[in-house]
Amino acid sequence: MKPAASIVVFTTLSGAGYGLLFWLAVLRPAGLVPQSAWFGVPVLLLALALVTAGLLSSLLHLGRPERAWRALSQWRSSWLSREGVAAVATFPPAILFGLAMLAGRDGLALVFGLLAAAGAAATVWCTGMIYASLKPVREWHLPLVAPGYLVFGAFTGAALLVPPSALAGRGAGVALLAAVLAAVALAVKRAFWAAADAAPAPAGLASLTGLGRFGTVRPLDPPNAGTAYLMREMGFRIARAHAARLRRIVVLGGFLAPALLLAAAAAVPGAWAALPALPAAAAALGGMLVERWLFFAEATHTVAAYYRG
Amino acid sequence: MTSLPGTTGRKLGLVIDLDTCVGCHACATACKSWNGSGMSGPLSDINPHSAGIEGVWFNRVHSYEAGEGEGSRTVHVPRSCLHCETPDCVTVCPTGASYKRAEDGIVLIDHDICIGCQLCAWACPYGAREFDEPEGVMKKCTLCVDRIYNQAMPAAERVPACVSACPTRARHFGDLGDPESEVSRLVAERGGVALAPELGYAPVNRYLPPRDPRRFDAAPAKDPAPLPSQIQNPLLRWLDRVLSR
Repeated sequence: MKPAASIVVFTTLSGAGYGLLFWLAVLRPAGLVPQSAWFGVPVLLLALALVTAGLLSSLLHLGRPERAWRALSQWRSSWLSREGVAAVATFPPAILFGLAMLAGRDGLALVFGLLAAAGAAATVWCTGMIYASLKPVREWHLPLVAPGYLVFGAFTGAALLVPPSALAGRGAGVALLAAVLAAVALAVKRAFWAAADAAPAPAGLASLTGLGRFGTVRPLDPPNAGTAYLMREMGFRIARAHAARLRRIVVLGGFLAPALLLAAAAAVPGAWAALPALPAAAAALGGMLVERWLFFAEATHTVAAYYRG
Repeated sequence: MTSLPGTTGRKLGLVIDLDTCVGCHACATACKSWNGSGMSGPLSDINPHSAGIEGVWFNRVHSYEAGEGEGSRTVHVPRSCLHCETPDCVTVCPTGASYKRAEDGIVLIDHDICIGCQLCAWACPYGAREFDEPEGVMKKCTLCVDRIYNQAMPAAERVPACVSACPTRARHFGDLGDPESEVSRLVAERGGVALAPELGYAPVNRYLPPRDPRRFDAAPAKDPAPLPSQIQNPLLRWLDRVLSR
């Protein structure tokens, strides 16, 4: 599948933003991050900025972005519509969460924060289900896809929460959590790769043409001499050649390096913890961009078989 | 609504005879011609007069080799929307632009609502939906819904453009939900198949498999008799004509 930059950026940024929102709302009442509004409100604004930037990026993928509001209507059947509804529904409690923090109303902040956290988790789950529900894509129609999106959002969000917490002198707990999440995310990603590599093709050319009864089926002449939308969109093949190297980059740069830096941040006292925490957050986000690009570039669609056998 | 109708009154679709299809692409060009100026139009082309030409087509004719040695054959497979009974392309649509008609089962797109997210193209395993980039919306086979019910056209022409264009009559249109219909009888008689039924979308269109050439006498002809024009002697030519009666 063609890795559209708009979707790679969207899922990475909004995943991290929702993860950050989730952990701020959950860890604040637990006392693991600073309680003051001077900490909470800027972090919340950063989370909402990431989410909004991601959602705006997703509009760039649309042929008719001015009609995007129509995507909120078919939540009964469509995971994409559900994602849109959940994303929009998460904003009001998130904004009220911020206002409650500003007003110093901890009870209200707890309630709205948890509502926003639930919305954030629901939105990221819907994002994962958009891909997991597509039967024609061998590497996506797998049980680990949607949980993966949740874990990666939780990991990048937690990694982003560490630098500000460290600067405020309360980074140790969050850093430890983020380091553990990095390890969990790596385990999930490796299990996903194993499952995706072993997954059988949903249908081969023999079945897609109905000609299997005669033996193997081989493409002889394509329907068009040049290229076509389906070949560009479903027949992406650049990544295959570099897949192994890119996977190593994801493992080392996106998971292991941040995990070590975050463990270091947990060990360093006070604001100095921000020194390893900042590159950890940057590596987590950068690694996630590569991971997301690979998620698309490595995915194969049944339609490609019509052209390539 | 992108929820599917429980059952459809009729199941209109195509039956394509892979035995008689000669791969001439007349169906594809007739489709492009009709639909480029009809309710789906335009079917945009990019770089139509220069290198890198590509465009939107509802029907694409692939050619394949199947089997090995004497049993092998070249088969042309026209690929278009199969108007599935349970299509994911409809249910994944976030806007309600994609729908399946309850009365005849035709799967259509409302181009005034489509946002061009292309998720339906990802959801279709058969590649039936294409993105019209200049228009910013998805396009697909309508089963020529603007022909088959068109009272302004002579009754004989109320079939999809691809069916009327086919020079070998390899394409048939009808109600596959009615076991007594001509197309259903054709499917039963020739053992018509659905494409990749294991994916679970219950395609309506059927493909009639190529006949087995080994069933016919494929033995090489014996020393053939000379043609009358090849006989030089007029007497013998006359005798040949008399004896050939």
